[in-house]
Amino acid sequence: MKCRVCGKPANINLRSYKTSLCEDDFIAFLEKRVSTTIKKYRLIDETDTPIVAVSGGKDSLSLWYMMNGLGYASDGIYVDLGIEGYSGRSLEKIRQMADILQRKVYIFHVRNALQEGIDSVAKVIRRPTCSACGTIKRYIMNRICIDKGYTVLVTGHNLDDEASALFGNVLYWKKEYLWKKNVVLEGKEDHLVKKIKPFFLCSEREIAAYAIMKGIDYIYEECPFSKDAKTLVYKGILNRIEESSPGTKIMFVKGYLNVVKEKGDEKEGDREGRYCLQCGYPTFSDKCSFCRLLDKFGTGCSVEFDQYG
Amino acid sequence: MKVECEGNTYEFEKPMQASRLLEQLSLSRETHLVVVNSRLVTEDHKIDRDDEVKLIRVVSGG
Repeated sequence: MKCRVCGKPANINLRSYKTSLCEDDFIAFLEKRVSTTIKKYRLIDETDTPIVAVSGGKDSLSLWYMMNGLGYASDGIYVDLGIEGYSGRSLEKIRQMADILQRKVYIFHVRNALQEGIDSVAKVIRRPTCSACGTIKRYIMNRICIDKGYTVLVTGHNLDDEASALFGNVLYWKKEYLWKKNVVLEGKEDHLVKKIKPFFLCSEREIAAYAIMKGIDYIYEECPFSKDAKTLVYKGILNRIEESSPGTKIMFVKGYLNVVKEKGDEKEGDREGRYCLQCGYPTFSDKCSFCRLLDKFGTGCSVEFDQYG
Repeated sequence: MKVECEGNTYEFEKPMQASRLLEQLSLSRETHLVVVNSRLVTEDHKIDRDDEVKLIRVVSGG
């Protein structure tokens, strides 16, 4: 196969775009798509100070690398869940990238705040590990922005993440979540920071290829608690459809964005939002779920960050 | 050729196309990338007997 742009031997075949590209032209192609997404959806203003949520995986490290390369100078935030071995190895990859980019990364250690790792925390509050992880990450990533003055939280959610989540929401008609996905989730006054997903239209395969071509050293192993995740089942199904009908995933997600746009301001009776009396985070009761967690573990309102770089 | 994939190592005697290798291991081109001698290659790339091959799984959960 030859590169469609320069005619050199191709390094990747993009069946959904009916094209194949060499390393240099693929890197330019993917960076342009991300740059276009940022501009088209007005993800970042000139005055913004973005911070990237990093996990050590291919998506977040590639995003952090690309954002800085495209001129959007960004620091990082990592939530260390205290998972034996895995969390430490992930942090090592993040530190390496922080050194390469010459940017700082803030680290929140769950074990320091709650004296337990995420698996024990989940058992105490009788919730699935991924649910407890989500509560902590959403809170901490918002909190770092409020505390340190970052105006945009950037996450590495990719096309496959969005397509599989959408697939699950449609499959079970989860109306409460169905129309809430987007490339940008606007902030709320001084309480909730704007969240953006520049990889919304980039597939996992494309991002992994970018990481390999750029020599980005990411953690290959999966979070031990994600093994039975339904997301993986949905991704498997969607990839089988993609194998026989290339372009299905991108059409599914782009089609969804068009419908969301058509729906416009047609809001579906959101519950009235309130703010946590302890920390000010948006909640539907007097206290947010993270503060209730801190209370349960008797650790008070102690949210402290380590800093590297 | 020596093939590494998700912590396992496989040996294949004969040269073959990357697409054939994926088929032999029942893997999809949508979920695995083929890296030969540290370079990403397309499905039609012919892998030689002495090449070092890594199959990179691209799907992650969470």
